[in-house]
Amino acid sequence: MFDKEKVGEIKKQRERWENTTLPKWISRHPERKSEFRNHSGILIKRVYTPEDIENMDYIKDLGFPGEYPFTRGLHATMYRGRLWTMRMFAGYGTAEDTNKRFKYLLSEGETGLSTAFDYPTIMGYDSDHPMAKGEVGVCGVAVSSLKDMEILFDGIPLDKVTTSMTINGPASILLAMYVAVGDKQGVSREKLGGTTQNDNLKEFFAQKLCIFPPLPSLKLSTDVIEYCARHLPKWNPISISGYHIREAGATALQELAFTIYDGIAYVESTLERGLKVDDFAPRLSFFFASHNDFFEEIAKFRAARRLWAKIMKERFQAKNPRSMWMRMHVQTSGCTLTAHQPLNNIVRTTIQALAAVLGGTQSLHTNSFDEALCLPTEEAVRVALRTQQIIAYESGVTNTVDPLAGAYYIEDLTNEMEEKAWEYIQKIDDMGGAIAAIEKGFFQKEIADSAYRYQREIDETKRILVGVNEYTIKEKEYPVKLLRVDPKVEEEQIARLQKVKQERDNKKVKETLEKLHYAAEKNENLMPTIIEAVKAYATLGEITEVLRKVYGEYKELIVI
Amino acid sequence: MQSIRKIRVLIAKPGLDSHDRGAKVVARALRDAGMEVIYTGLRQTPEQIVETALQEDVDVIGLSILSGAHKTLFPRIMELLKEKGLTDIMVFAGGIIPEEDVPELKKLGIKEVFGPGTPTDKIIKFVLENLPHRT
Repeated sequence: MFDKEKVGEIKKQRERWENTTLPKWISRHPERKSEFRNHSGILIKRVYTPEDIENMDYIKDLGFPGEYPFTRGLHATMYRGRLWTMRMFAGYGTAEDTNKRFKYLLSEGETGLSTAFDYPTIMGYDSDHPMAKGEVGVCGVAVSSLKDMEILFDGIPLDKVTTSMTINGPASILLAMYVAVGDKQGVSREKLGGTTQNDNLKEFFAQKLCIFPPLPSLKLSTDVIEYCARHLPKWNPISISGYHIREAGATALQELAFTIYDGIAYVESTLERGLKVDDFAPRLSFFFASHNDFFEEIAKFRAARRLWAKIMKERFQAKNPRSMWMRMHVQTSGCTLTAHQPLNNIVRTTIQALAAVLGGTQSLHTNSFDEALCLPTEEAVRVALRTQQIIAYESGVTNTVDPLAGAYYIEDLTNEMEEKAWEYIQKIDDMGGAIAAIEKGFFQKEIADSAYRYQREIDETKRILVGVNEYTIKEKEYPVKLLRVDPKVEEEQIARLQKVKQERDNKKVKETLEKLHYAAEKNENLMPTIIEAVKAYATLGEITEVLRKVYGEYKELIVI
Repeated sequence: MQSIRKIRVLIAKPGLDSHDRGAKVVARALRDAGMEVIYTGLRQTPEQIVETALQEDVDVIGLSILSGAHKTLFPRIMELLKEKGLTDIMVFAGGIIPEEDVPELKKLGIKEVFGPGTPTDKIIKFVLENLPHRT
């Protein structure tokens, strides 16, 4: 990037500085720590200069926004043209409750919906299942049948908003219900826009909401990718997720490498269906966390885009530039929120959100300050959304594309994140791929070790958490009003489910479930039969039960 | 004579949520502090937890829950312990449990509830100081 002679001169000057000004200063003002490292363990230098990026090639490594390798952003004008999508994750109680919250968020200026389902739904249980007791509608909305889905999106035109659904094991079932609601609203399938998380691989080592064993889980994810490539052109069939990997305790580097590797596994698995890479790759999307170390996060997002572009071009021979796009959604990091002095979380979330924006995200969720205590209240959600709006409209960071490019530190860190991620990718390749790494407990062990190290650092105050291990105050009461889900939700939900079961054509339900059983045994793509089943009001639990019979249930590999 | 048997702790995760980061970190910290730790994985029913406690002859149970279902699941666990005559086991809990629920949980016999941000040393110290005198 720089003239060789100039860099030589800089080197000479740096050495002079290191022998004169620096020691003189340090002798009187020692540094606070003997070494400085980021969360990924990368050693951070005192000062960065052109020497650190002397071998960088601007055209090859950075290029222009909207062009390969997309380090500077996916779009030519980035936020000068269109701001990121402000998408707030929401869902609790009954479908009516969440429908109301959705409408509130839309009226407050939100531009896309994001659905949280309750644990029974996520695990494929109907609200009346014994395992669902005490959990119905608590951490998300309960959806057991198409009836619930109809209420959830009542009065929301599915051709006008896009909807993201955080659902994995039963992703095909919830997508089938969404398609069915769209059909009823008269919205053609080409117009349905949104995302299903549908990333079953990370479940085995990060989010751990697994229903089926690894191979059938990968098969179900691939079914959705294949079906969408053929029938739902505007749907993002998968959101390949690093967020949960990070929240489970991984470092930024591990998050980056493992997520990209999962992406590789999905591409390979979909190619086996006979699709060409450019037929489906443009619709693959990603989901990352934004943690506290500001520059590390920005470097991670930039490195992620460049890595994915290279992998798609070189490993999978993609031709369409869109196949090389790593479109990403970012969520500020939930595990950084503290129950102590909860208002401090607004500041943390702001820093994290700013990193996501400077990293060039397409979509962003900001956490609410009360989430270490309970489900977010309306007021806390509003502050979180306002945080994004202030960054977007008041801070000025959106006025130019990738403003931190060229900073010696940022570019060097971006390079280092990329290099170290390649090392992991090589290692997992050698292990035999993602499923082999899961079965060996490789990811699990890596993450558990990082999580433990992080906690030790906090316990030993090597890592300061403001308000937790330093700057603590005597706290009596939390200044937040806790949102609670009425236990009556469970009763109402079960009553509705029973009514659905009475009113539907049970003969037809039986037929569609038998057909599904047959299709699963024949290893067909299950999306079409699942759509038929949900339209007959077969429940989520009944459909999952059929699949449990065919595929078996996952037994957790415990790695402490 | 004082038994030299290691302290046996069951770290159990009731509820459908899958946030096991805290449970695993606590399990490891207690193990590093010299205790025998049994961790049985996610989504254990109250019946499974009490059965494991019985089979493994534990002194202490640590319950971790972040799904919000503690008011349904904890009373059931405590009731089953009573039924099996395991009232001498010391039970503590952790996770996302609102402050205002704590008195009610303590009334059930849960000795302490640790919120987010608790240092592991504090938990180790608590376990050592509150060991049951078992016969």
